[in-house]
Amino acid sequence: MSEVSTARFVNIGERTNVTGSARFKKLIMAGDYATAVEVARQQVENGAQVIDVNMDEGLLDAVEAMTTFLKLIAAEPDIASVPVMIDSSKFEVIEAGLKCVSGKPIVNSISMKEGEEAFLDHARICMNYGAAVVVMAFDETGQADTKDRKVEICTRAYEILTGIGFPAEDIIFDPNIFAVATGIEEHDRYGLDFIEAVAEIKATCPYAKTSGGLSNLSFSFRGNETVRRAMHSVFLYHAIPAGLDMAIVNAGQLDVYDQIDPALREACEDVILMRRADATERLIDLAESYKGVDARAEKEAEEWRGWPVERRLEHALVKGIDAYVVEDTEEARQAKAEAGGRPIEVIEGPLMDGMNVVGDLFGSGKMFLPQVVKSARVMKKAVAHLIPFIEAEKEASGLADQSKGRIVMATVKGDVHDIGKNIVGVVLQCNGYEVIDLGVMVPWQKILETAKAEKADIIGLSGLITPSLDEMVTVAEEMQGSGFDLPLLIGGATTSKVHTALRIDPAYEGPVIHVLDASRAVGVASRLLSDTQKDEFVESTASEYAKVREAREGKSQSVLLSLEEARANYYDAYLSDKPAPPLQPGVHTFDDWDLADLREYIDWTPFFRAWELHGTYPSILDDEVVGETARQLKADADAMLDRIIEGKWLTAKGVAGFWPCARDGDDVTIHRVNREEHVVLPFLRQQVKKSRDRANMCLADFIDPAGDWIGGFAVGIHGIEPHSAKFLADKDDYSDILLKALADRFAEAFAERLHQHVRTDLWGYAQGEQLTNEALIKEQYRGIRPAPGYPACPDHSLKPILFDLLDAPANAGLTLTENFAMWPTAAVSGFYFGHPESQYFGVARIGRDQLEDYAARRGVDISTAERWLRPNLD
Amino acid sequence: MSVRDELLAEAAQHILIKDGPYGTAIQRAKLAAEEYAGDTGLTDDQKGNNDLVNLTQPQVIRAICDEYIAAGATVLATNTFNANRISQADYGAEDLVREMNIAAAKVIREACEAATAKDGRKRFVCGAMGPTNKTLSLSPNVEDPGYREVTFDEIVEVYREQAAALIEGGVDTILIETVFDTLNCKAAIMVVKQLEQELAQDIPLMISLTLTDLSGRNLSGHTVEAFWYTVRHAKPVTIGLNCSFGAEQLRPHVQLLSAMADTLLMVYPNAGLPNELGEYDELPETTASLVRQWAENGRANILGGCCGSTPAHIAAIARAVEGLEPRKVPGIEPQMRLAGLEPFTIAA
Repeated sequence: MSEVSTARFVNIGERTNVTGSARFKKLIMAGDYATAVEVARQQVENGAQVIDVNMDEGLLDAVEAMTTFLKLIAAEPDIASVPVMIDSSKFEVIEAGLKCVSGKPIVNSISMKEGEEAFLDHARICMNYGAAVVVMAFDETGQADTKDRKVEICTRAYEILTGIGFPAEDIIFDPNIFAVATGIEEHDRYGLDFIEAVAEIKATCPYAKTSGGLSNLSFSFRGNETVRRAMHSVFLYHAIPAGLDMAIVNAGQLDVYDQIDPALREACEDVILMRRADATERLIDLAESYKGVDARAEKEAEEWRGWPVERRLEHALVKGIDAYVVEDTEEARQAKAEAGGRPIEVIEGPLMDGMNVVGDLFGSGKMFLPQVVKSARVMKKAVAHLIPFIEAEKEASGLADQSKGRIVMATVKGDVHDIGKNIVGVVLQCNGYEVIDLGVMVPWQKILETAKAEKADIIGLSGLITPSLDEMVTVAEEMQGSGFDLPLLIGGATTSKVHTALRIDPAYEGPVIHVLDASRAVGVASRLLSDTQKDEFVESTASEYAKVREAREGKSQSVLLSLEEARANYYDAYLSDKPAPPLQPGVHTFDDWDLADLREYIDWTPFFRAWELHGTYPSILDDEVVGETARQLKADADAMLDRIIEGKWLTAKGVAGFWPCARDGDDVTIHRVNREEHVVLPFLRQQVKKSRDRANMCLADFIDPAGDWIGGFAVGIHGIEPHSAKFLADKDDYSDILLKALADRFAEAFAERLHQHVRTDLWGYAQGEQLTNEALIKEQYRGIRPAPGYPACPDHSLKPILFDLLDAPANAGLTLTENFAMWPTAAVSGFYFGHPESQYFGVARIGRDQLEDYAARRGVDISTAERWLRPNLD
Repeated sequence: MSVRDELLAEAAQHILIKDGPYGTAIQRAKLAAEEYAGDTGLTDDQKGNNDLVNLTQPQVIRAICDEYIAAGATVLATNTFNANRISQADYGAEDLVREMNIAAAKVIREACEAATAKDGRKRFVCGAMGPTNKTLSLSPNVEDPGYREVTFDEIVEVYREQAAALIEGGVDTILIETVFDTLNCKAAIMVVKQLEQELAQDIPLMISLTLTDLSGRNLSGHTVEAFWYTVRHAKPVTIGLNCSFGAEQLRPHVQLLSAMADTLLMVYPNAGLPNELGEYDELPETTASLVRQWAENGRANILGGCCGSTPAHIAAIARAVEGLEPRKVPGIEPQMRLAGLEPFTIAA
């Protein structure tokens, strides 16, 4: 591709010329530009090295037709690869065309027909556009017919043009090819005069080129293609050695000189070279015998049209040809229907296969962007054809709207690149998703508003330039700030998994997924919107990103603030909003919470996940694939719950306490009034440099240094062992796992229920709270209960302090292993923060300075602290 | 001597050094939104409107320019990449386009004159015009490939306003840079040609293409050769490449252009490729050693830096190529050279 294509002789296609092609004229008059574009493609495929575009037809708005067509072919890389010849006798059409052509085109033509002044005006304009020009051998007195007139006019024009600095090498002379063998004696020399004039012009005008419109030559033999082809070939055979550089000719309608019937060839030569007086009569006589022989259908050239329909669709997608895609799609649909298939299978089958080929070619650098966009367009047309059939099928089957989901997409503010986004949008739509495309330069406000108003299922952001990366972080932060939990897809050339993991994912708690390319978009969207696959996908992606962060954090020191800087960037909670002192301070124990009550608080989704059934409760029960299994499992679980509750198999023991405290730097100091002692809860602060004005948070930030309250709790489910042993003895693993899974659920449900009790009664800062179980699961309440060992409070070694405060061993029967694991295993413990702004976050990587500081605060040596904080260290 | 001749004369003696980018340098100044806006009374948030800074905080631009001058640059561009009506519309600042271009030209001109007064070295002020954010060659609408967001005449008007203001402000040349759409570039050339006629003065043009894929095409799909053939009529005093990728990836394209362009070659690549975080981390010495290779091979007339480059990069480049022979402009035989997306020549 990179080597310059140099031509000795140039075929200029004339099939996109309304004056040269009746078919093209008909297409343009009918406004069928899609097929007209295919005509241009065929010409290039047939070897045209330049394509001539002419819209000079009285009934056409030539400016409109010219610009429309040129813009359309500019979008076709196969066609746009070659230079264009803008052909019109009206200069306004030419200039309109020049404004649409991005390479270096040829203007065809200008002349001295209206005098030197207009000629120079036109030449200067062409020069400012950088176009080469065809100069017709035409002057104030008329068109040059004889050899001498041709040479005279061309030589004069050459002098004038080079005189104003017009580059000689950008001039092409057209000394007029006229019809021969017309029966008029004066016309007999026209062929020979042209050939001789060419030789002389080339000799007197250095670097200038010559050209001619070939079809004129054989005008008398309209309808007799064999003779016309032979005449054209013979003419070129003699004109090229004389110096003809190019000709406007239908490249598909030239014969090889040697293969022309010798009798016909000789008759043509006699006419063109004027070798005998009766040449015209002889050719006319001979021509009769060739009439009608040639009826080669234009379609024949399009060999691919004869291929099987799947292959045709693939070809159309790869080549971006949309002229036949509707009929081919229809054919494929009918074939599917006859085979008992559904219309959607045409999309899922041949069309997606074709798009996959496009994706592979693009991925391996064998296609470039504009081609892919074209392929997407073909795809869209095919899908548009299928949609009514798919809708009809839906109606017939009585199914509800089967849009798989609604996706809001936008190129972020500050970026105008949207090709990739559009491709993704098309591919998603092709796969049954509803895409709301907000376009480019979209501010986050509009993205969020639209997502909300349209009840979007997913938001997709795109960008190509590097500053867009920051803007995406902003969108993520704003989504977080507005309480969104929709999946956020990130795509575009400069985006990356690493950036997404490091910068975007931490800014937003909802799922954030980097989509490498359009071909992955459908897979990602379908998993995110799948009841069965979403959770696993979101989790696996999140953990993948966490690993990326860990790996990256280990490497890159630069993103950490010093502890001092991080502390200066603390979370500035509005302390006047701190919760009132608890209604019932002190420690409260619950040694047998009603299991029947806890049953109502069970979050079932993790229960199914434990069984490797992925999906959200309750919709998982109706899942096409796992629904039946899920229903069976739920029935078994319910039956076992009945037995657990009726038989009092298990006991829910818990303890909760509230203590006056104050923030002291990153510590929260608890004042145990009745013991007159202080207990220090040392918390860790985020040190990773935050984008924009995000704080480097520490749990202590939610506590008022001037005095506040903090809580703690520990709950556990006891009594599982004998029942478990019994199941195992019966080799009933199923029931054993079921029991353990349910015990875990009870522990979590107890933590949830107890937290609610704390909010509404014990602490009582949210007495009027009325939340459904679903809302509880989504944590739509005030306050948090971070657990030691989890991201906001990653040091498990705080558990002994918490357990001591609560006297958990005595009050809830809970103990800790030497590695701070709780026993029994179905247990949950944590702190209560009541401030309305308190929130979960991840401490993530911390620096050496904080490690040393923390060791000092805990009163342990560095190596102990290092062991405790290992996951948060380099 | 005309500016064009002065530039040719200077470039015949040394490899000249062009400056680096303004955007990142301005960001380092950490201006507040109010500082961006100054006393313009603009109501939209102007934060990030780097072109407005010419008008509201010219001392910031002056300081950056002085740093590049100190680094050894004698080819200094104005900070006007987005100082056009289309781009400024995003900030509601389109009515200040003329003022910001004039101010931009003035501040660089003053910096150059101050430096020249000290050391006597000739410096060139290049009025930079970016591509705007609208493309004449591509449809933004996938279903309607014939659609264009903007017309050629509109782009011409937009560039005319900017170019006229830059010239009014006193630039020596017009630099059409970061050309991603060849047709936009043709519109800019048209403007300069028209202004030359109207003002009856020579306006040397500098043209710089940006490639969007490693195979060597810009966004509108033109190869480097096709692009050169398409803009050759402008008779630019420099042709070249900027932005795109790092010097390493640009090498084959520089080589190609160097061999066929019968004018000065100016290249100012990015400081490598951005890392996964979109940051440039190529060290000044690395960039300098890469572009030094071009110079050693006689393929450089003017070298500078684009995205990710700092004054340290420019200084490193200046040191690296000091004393090396500049590229000799090759003579090219006249030949019909046309272009679609691909180049096409017709044998002489």
